[in-house]
Amino acid sequence: MSGVGRFLQSLGRQVTDRIVRLGYAARFFAYMMLHSGTAFRRFHLTIREVFFSGVLSLIIILVSGLFVGMVLGLQGYDTLQRYGSSEALGVLVALSLVRELGPVVAGLLFASRAGSAITAEIGLMKATEQISAMEMMAVDPVARVVAPRFWGGVISMPLLAALFSAMGVFGGYLVGVQLIGVDEGSFWSQMQSAVDFRRDVMNGVIKSFVFGVAVSLIAVFEGFDAPPTAEGVSRATTRTVVTSSLAILALDFVLTALMFTGGTGS
Amino acid sequence: MNRSTIDLWVGLFVAAGLLAVLFLALKVGNLTTFSAGDAYQIQAKFANIGGLKVRAPIKSAGVVVGRISDIRFDNDSYEAVVSMNVDGRYQFPRDTVAKILTSGLLGEQYVGLEAGGDGVMLKQGDRLRLTQSAVVLENLISQFLFNKAADGKDPKEDAKK
Repeated sequence: MSGVGRFLQSLGRQVTDRIVRLGYAARFFAYMMLHSGTAFRRFHLTIREVFFSGVLSLIIILVSGLFVGMVLGLQGYDTLQRYGSSEALGVLVALSLVRELGPVVAGLLFASRAGSAITAEIGLMKATEQISAMEMMAVDPVARVVAPRFWGGVISMPLLAALFSAMGVFGGYLVGVQLIGVDEGSFWSQMQSAVDFRRDVMNGVIKSFVFGVAVSLIAVFEGFDAPPTAEGVSRATTRTVVTSSLAILALDFVLTALMFTGGTGS
Repeated sequence: MNRSTIDLWVGLFVAAGLLAVLFLALKVGNLTTFSAGDAYQIQAKFANIGGLKVRAPIKSAGVVVGRISDIRFDNDSYEAVVSMNVDGRYQFPRDTVAKILTSGLLGEQYVGLEAGGDGVMLKQGDRLRLTQSAVVLENLISQFLFNKAADGKDPKEDAKK
């Protein structure tokens, strides 16, 4: 009986702990929004973070985009040519990249490449008491350290996703047109007649922006909330990657359900 | 790394990202192919639109001259009312025929316009009188089967040969 009681107790504790953490994260988000002025007044702080989370992620984003596009070209051709419609390869590659794979895969890569680095950096600053030192000098660490990293991530993410999609379309073009020999004209023209700017491209950009906010918030929050020990920082880094990957996939489902169902036919 | 180098790289990064969005908009998407700025809207009633969808192309002689902006059901005549945005550069006579056609055997459906001989041109808000509905595959097959039955043969026997 006491075993069951302890189990229920620990279950209840875990649930309330999660809810308390969620509440703390929401409060942290609101506080950061209110103290984001410094990140824009001293914009070079944010630009530095765009460099670290955006520019340094370029290599992995571009190379993965190219390979994802090339694989889509091969797989799509294999399936489409069975139905004698291999000219629709451009549509398949472009739509799957712009709508789904671009924002989602770029978001996952961004979370593991830049999000983990942000968490580790802030967590280590806390462990080495740089954050407390700032508070001693009456510098708000949220405004000086956290907000620029958050906004740097939010700015980088849509640009990285767009680059990923563009590179993927180029990869699909390389494999489909140059390697396999799908007609170049119908590859591009079918793509252009099927991909709508507002419905497909802009929705992809909106998705990647939402993912950018989610990943950056999780990264800075986990870093700021990490216990100031070596173990604490390592756990926080792991949690950042796991939580933001799950958040991206769950948000993707919600956003897709909002954007691409119902509405005006087609 | 000093500040100006970082600025340079971030500038390059942002420019590349915006270029990628532009590429997606112009080369991948269809932002350039049809601008709705100087379009005029005409309507047509069809008895059956088949699988026609909003934003499907409107073609005349195979050239895209506009896009479908709206499809709704008219409860008085029990017909589909299709609104079409036609590019202002192209003028059509008043007795133009609108047909619902299919590109290829299994391709998407579009509206084909066949110009008539009237001297008066269509203008904003006009309605096309002459329309031809989509070909419904089931009706075609049933017609074919009825014809076969009328010939006095069993279609199943025919299929076996």
